[in-house]
Amino acid sequence: MSEELLNLTLHVWRQDGPNDPGRFETHQANGISTHMSFLEMLDVVNEDLIEKGKSPIAFDHDCREGICGSCGMVINGVAHGPQKLTTCCQLHMRQFKSGDEIWLEPWRASGFPVVKDLIVDRSALDRIIQAGGYISIRTGSASEANEMPIAKAIADHAMDAAECIGCGACVAACPNASASLFTAAKISHLSLLPQGQAERQDRARKMVAQMDAEGFGGCTNHGECEAACPKGVSLQWIARMNRELVRAVVSSDSGV
Amino acid sequence: MQRALTLHQTTIGKKVVMALSGLIIVGFVIGHFLGNLNLYRGQEALDAYAHFLQGLTPVLWGTRLLLLFAFGAHIAAAFSLWSRNTKARGSRYKKHQDMATDYAARTMYWSGPILLLFVVYHLLHFTILPAHPGEVYRNVVEGFQNPWIASVYIVGNIALGFHIFHGIFSATQTLGANHPRYNAYRRDAAIAISAAITLGNLSFPISVLAGFVTL
Repeated sequence: MSEELLNLTLHVWRQDGPNDPGRFETHQANGISTHMSFLEMLDVVNEDLIEKGKSPIAFDHDCREGICGSCGMVINGVAHGPQKLTTCCQLHMRQFKSGDEIWLEPWRASGFPVVKDLIVDRSALDRIIQAGGYISIRTGSASEANEMPIAKAIADHAMDAAECIGCGACVAACPNASASLFTAAKISHLSLLPQGQAERQDRARKMVAQMDAEGFGGCTNHGECEAACPKGVSLQWIARMNRELVRAVVSSDSGV
Repeated sequence: MQRALTLHQTTIGKKVVMALSGLIIVGFVIGHFLGNLNLYRGQEALDAYAHFLQGLTPVLWGTRLLLLFAFGAHIAAAFSLWSRNTKARGSRYKKHQDMATDYAARTMYWSGPILLLFVVYHLLHFTILPAHPGEVYRNVVEGFQNPWIASVYIVGNIALGFHIFHGIFSATQTLGANHPRYNAYRRDAAIAISAAITLGNLSFPISVLAGFVTL
């Protein structure tokens, strides 16, 4: 049985740099195997563009196994494309039909300036982490994993938040380009674990302040971020972040 | 590094202001609706209820000041967040598909200003410039017998229903009341409260228009 090959029309956002206004370009992707990932399909298109002496479509990618958070683009109006709980490197072309038109756009947010084409600068998320998303105690050499008992239910719960890979799909999908889901996942993950208790209040205040300073919008509880998140990070973490911040702000024993 | 901000300066703090002021207003709306049910007990009952409220001067003015404060805070925070949120996107998507947003959430920026206009009209109509001062029942029935006035109230209350549905649900999230044990009920509770108030309020102009309530 011969495999069906797809012929697709791509409308791709091309932008030469942060100050270029950008435009859509139309390219054909012909003879695409349904076993390819979305990024492999773009690789095929890029080889064709390079052979023709044109500039290839720039997109971010690294692990291509859905865990690094590097890749990300808005595919037909949906961050990471039509399949739930999937990064676009793990999105397979069997999700599309021959003849489909596909619109590709970068994450659009003031906090994520476009570097080139579909690549955006997500270092705003790094700066939110740098503001407090860490534990500053010295841990020395690797210690016994069970030295500090953590209940299985708590560890699992913290892991649900820690699953966030920082891809920025929440920002891209949010009607307000808010980074609430990302920041909430990071604050919540540490606030649940014993190691995170020492800096818990400062962490909530500093990370929220940095999130706001980066120009992201506020949360209006629409739930688009949760629907777009490739890791299924839940809205419940935003409620927890709100609680953490209010608790930190009304408490007097904080150093900031 | 950003210095930590006081609560009301953060986007989360502004949402807390919106949630608390919104809940004050919703609390008033529930009380207002329950009081208005006196319409169905007849002219004497409604007018007596209105005179009873008028007699409680400190409570009346306390409530008015609290509501004025809540409205002011709600609108100021909404405006501040709206102006920030519209800038945060930068450039618009050519294609955009909503995955989770419901109608009420999408139309909050419309239902809000509609409600503000409706509240101003409602105050002018019954409180500030009533046709027959002191005769609440007569003002209500004569007012709602006019289909144009009745339709203003119908549109206003439909906007109210959508606004407080998303508002109540959203407030629980903003105030951090998200918990696996009762999460499943939050949306249902918001639907139940907003539907009860909206259908109840809509029944007043409709009953008058249909001739169930007459002078």
